Amino acid sequence: MLYNEPSPLEVRVLTRRFGLPDSASLDTYLAHEGYQAFQKAVKMTPEAIIEEVKASALRGRGGAGFPTGMKWSFVPRNSPKPRVLVVNADESEPGTCKDRLLMEYDPHQLIEGMMIGGLAVDAHRGYVYIRGEYRYLIDHMDRAIEEAYRKGWLGKNIQGTGFDFDVYTHSGAGAYECGEETALLDSIEGKRGIPRMKPPFPAVAGAWGLPTLLNNVETFCAVPAIIRDGGAAFAALGTPKNGGTRLLCISGHVNKPGVYEIPLGFPMMKAINELAGGIPGGRKLKAVIPGGSSCPVLRAEECDIPMDYDTLMKAGSMLGSGGMVVMDETTCMVRAALRIMKFYAHESCGWCIPCREGTTWLRKILERIVEGRGQKSDLPLLGDLAKNMLGRTFCALGDAAAMPTISIVEKFPEEFEAYFSGKAVESAARHEPAFVTA
Amino acid sequence: MTTTAVETVTLTIDGKTIQSPKGTLLIEAARKAGIEIPAFCYYEGYSLQAACRMCLVEVEKAPKLQVGCTLPVAEGMIVHTDSPQVQKARKGTLEFLLTNHPLDCPVCDKGGECELQDMVFRYGAGESRFTEMKLHIDEQQWSPVVFYDAPRCILCYRCIRVCDEGMGVGALGLGNRGASAVILPNKVTGDNQHYLSCDECGACIDICPVGALTSGIYRYQTRPWEMNHVGTICTHCSNGCKTTLGVRNGRIIRGNNRDHSGINGEFLCIKGRYAFDFVEHPERLQSPLKRVGDRFEEIPWSEAIETVAARFSEVKAAGGKFGVIGSNRTTNEENYYLQKFARQGLGTSNIDHQRTGDLTTLLDALQGRGGALATVADVYHAKAVLIVGSDLSQQHPLLAFQARAGVRHHDTRVYTVTPGPVREDKYSARGVIAQPGGEIAALEGLREDLAKEPELVILFGDAIRGDAVRALVRFADSLSIPVKYVCLLDYANSRGAVDMGLTPDLGPGYHPVDRPGLTLDQMLKASDLDVLWIVGANPLRNRALAGENTFVVVQDLFLTETARRADIVLPAASAYEKNGTLTNVCGEVQRVTQAAKVMGTKPDLEIFGLIAREMKINVGIWQWQKMFEEIRKTVRGYNVPLPVVATGGAAQTNPVNGRVPSLIRPEEIRSAGDTLFTSGTTGRYSNVLNAVLESPGRLYSGK
Repeated sequence: MLYNEPSPLEVRVLTRRFGLPDSASLDTYLAHEGYQAFQKAVKMTPEAIIEEVKASALRGRGGAGFPTGMKWSFVPRNSPKPRVLVVNADESEPGTCKDRLLMEYDPHQLIEGMMIGGLAVDAHRGYVYIRGEYRYLIDHMDRAIEEAYRKGWLGKNIQGTGFDFDVYTHSGAGAYECGEETALLDSIEGKRGIPRMKPPFPAVAGAWGLPTLLNNVETFCAVPAIIRDGGAAFAALGTPKNGGTRLLCISGHVNKPGVYEIPLGFPMMKAINELAGGIPGGRKLKAVIPGGSSCPVLRAEECDIPMDYDTLMKAGSMLGSGGMVVMDETTCMVRAALRIMKFYAHESCGWCIPCREGTTWLRKILERIVEGRGQKSDLPLLGDLAKNMLGRTFCALGDAAAMPTISIVEKFPEEFEAYFSGKAVESAARHEPAFVTA
Repeated sequence: MTTTAVETVTLTIDGKTIQSPKGTLLIEAARKAGIEIPAFCYYEGYSLQAACRMCLVEVEKAPKLQVGCTLPVAEGMIVHTDSPQVQKARKGTLEFLLTNHPLDCPVCDKGGECELQDMVFRYGAGESRFTEMKLHIDEQQWSPVVFYDAPRCILCYRCIRVCDEGMGVGALGLGNRGASAVILPNKVTGDNQHYLSCDECGACIDICPVGALTSGIYRYQTRPWEMNHVGTICTHCSNGCKTTLGVRNGRIIRGNNRDHSGINGEFLCIKGRYAFDFVEHPERLQSPLKRVGDRFEEIPWSEAIETVAARFSEVKAAGGKFGVIGSNRTTNEENYYLQKFARQGLGTSNIDHQRTGDLTTLLDALQGRGGALATVADVYHAKAVLIVGSDLSQQHPLLAFQARAGVRHHDTRVYTVTPGPVREDKYSARGVIAQPGGEIAALEGLREDLAKEPELVILFGDAIRGDAVRALVRFADSLSIPVKYVCLLDYANSRGAVDMGLTPDLGPGYHPVDRPGLTLDQMLKASDLDVLWIVGANPLRNRALAGENTFVVVQDLFLTETARRADIVLPAASAYEKNGTLTNVCGEVQRVTQAAKVMGTKPDLEIFGLIAREMKINVGIWQWQKMFEEIRKTVRGYNVPLPVVATGGAAQTNPVNGRVPSLIRPEEIRSAGDTLFTSGTTGRYSNVLNAVLESPGRLYSGK
């Protein structure tokens, strides 16, 4: 169960209907403020909707943290081409498992968020691109969409408002790369999922070359609350420039792993020790990956900080997609690095040289070290190779692979030394951290 | 042409201040300034990939290294292409590339002309820090001509783009991901063997910067520096592509367009690249033959020449009847010499060749206007192209490539009027299906669109002949836009044959002759011919010769159906074994250069000369340079600049601008209808063409 007993420390905005009986049904949704935001938005001008989203200081929940309102304002509403809306539900970042809950427990919240997005950019078609591994969720979303059509909340002239909106689901086929927004667009078009060159950005030329509003599931899910209660109210939940709440997926060495909704700026140590119930067996914290496997690792002493985009950036890491991995003192950081690199070497799409060859090479070196065939020169080599990837790849996947490696190499050199001297190799106490990959 | 003012920007690259049109890609701006920004995936004229990351450069004020191949230049930009940061990035990228690239350069076909080798030599580290196992995938054969060695592949995607964007075929794609990503061909058998079904043009092999794609014809034969590279003109279709033949020990072992210097740039089709192998076909004639009863006997050259000359002199003295049939493939000099031999030496006007397009009627219809014939370059530059009655991609692959490139680069509108679906349908603005004979009527359906075009190039095949040509010109005139024409012809020198006067009614330069002779069809039907002299043609392939007692002399490469009827067969050298000039379908004169020598053969010009000498008649010196000089002086339109021809360029002839009173009967104009994989007699004796023709789309296991 990823969805825990709610904690009193949570601020439940997006997850407010979680736990209600039959929470995914349209009736439950309507009984709990469902589609009220749409009814309100349909009377607003597109500019006013976008202003409200800007006022909420909502930032993209997919990982990059780009201000959502600004992204919406980039979509040319007066383009002669029809606009489309795409939801990125290709939730594949190791450690991240929030979007599946949002779709599972409250699919209509997502549909309503999309409809409001449609109103804001004058789009009448929306696609939910769901990773192939979430097969059951595709069916689940399809059922919700079907119910919405049946009861007049999708389709032509929704509830007599004159607004038309269609929603389709689209399955991914098992590529992490397709979570990159432009690779996702290629995949939706039926092509191989390879990132596109930018510019043009999706807002101008996205799916099928049409102006496209593309956001993460959680981002769209935050929109109904913003419209319903006002952008300022949502913003006030968080810290300046870091509006509202977000879903934090805590996994690893904690007593109560799960997904918790916290206001931005929530202290990290409080999240580990109170929300997630602390580290089992009273063991000490060693490191935290704050926002999914692509974020640089923080050492225990760096973790006493509030969790918002800007503070984490300052600390040298990222809030990312909210996939927080907690590692206690028993964790072998070299194996953690290997586990991460295995993932990226497997998921590199192969389009550009530094990522394609770099991830594989790094994986091979780390494997060799773990097998006890490492040598002193491997440590600077790992760092140098990762830096040769950093900032030089076509898309952010190369950076995502390089950053955690660089941070582990720089922050835990002694653990590598232990392998080089043969001390660590046979140590039975060491094990890989368990990533929650949904 | 309207000129639009192009805004220029000033930028600094490596301390050099340069000006460049706004929107130019940095990599191009640098190249023009003489600064190399290295790249693998960037290839001029094809879509941008930004995949290889070799072109990363430092741009001041940018937070990280920028991609030179996709970055447009901007005002005030300060670029460093050789800073320590850039050097390190290149070194790092090359080091990454070499991790899985096998270091089998000493046996790799590409060794010596490999871009990766050059790059590593220039920008790479001396040593690799890679000590892990390399990935290995076994080599695959995709077709008779294409092999793929995946470990060598650096995934620059040039092959995918040249096949899709350049050739319009799209037979290559990308499979797997990460370090296991590979190029895949378009077909797969039940047991998962990949193979290609395509034009087999080999463009993917040529464009491959490394030895990942190699040629089934050339692989493991030699090292590049062991060959002489002879630039000449392809002898097959009429488009006149330059092909550079790699020659070792007198044998042609490779064809490609090494320096992209010809009118075809980087283009070559299967014929230009691979179909030189007829030269070495085991059935190639290497000795003169004399008919003895119903079989042939080999005789020495001296005896053959004496026999022919004696018979010619005898018939001439007796006032007998000669017939001369020339070739669509022999050089201008040979054609000129042959018609001069016939007219002056033998005193006959019975001279013709197989006409493959109605060029004469077109010239006559266009009398009084200049510049109405399009060049190969015009087909690319034109704003609109109209193709009438030809499967251009099959029959005139270079012209089709030009039109495609135009569509890709500057939105050329292509219109087609064809008897069935053609490749151009994929990108044409409008296409009309018209049965043979109905083309002109069908054009009316395009009138509205065509009239809106600023200019037009019309290419038409043999379906348009006689009055239809005049009707086509009238139609084009009625559009009131500038129009240029290409009359599509079959073979390497079909155009030169008409220009040089291998016709019974028109002499060189389209001067009408006093007493027109017999046409080809008439000669074959004439039962009273004393001598029929056939040079490089196979008219008896599916027709019979009426003259039972006619003395037939045939000059050819092979014992064709026509040669089998001969009394004397003289083994001729092919276009790859001689020097001279050819005129392509657009009237561009280009130089052919001898690459190989086949024992026992002689160039046709020499054969003519020897016969003339034996007959003690003076037709001129049988040296191609002397003849070309005479052609330049006497043939209308051929006063082309010598340096252009001498340096391997294409010199445009001036079209005849006057009345061309041709007596040609339209029904005698017939294209052989060759496809990409056929080419008349030479095609029949090309193993490569036969290999791809016999089992198109089948897997070739290479056994």
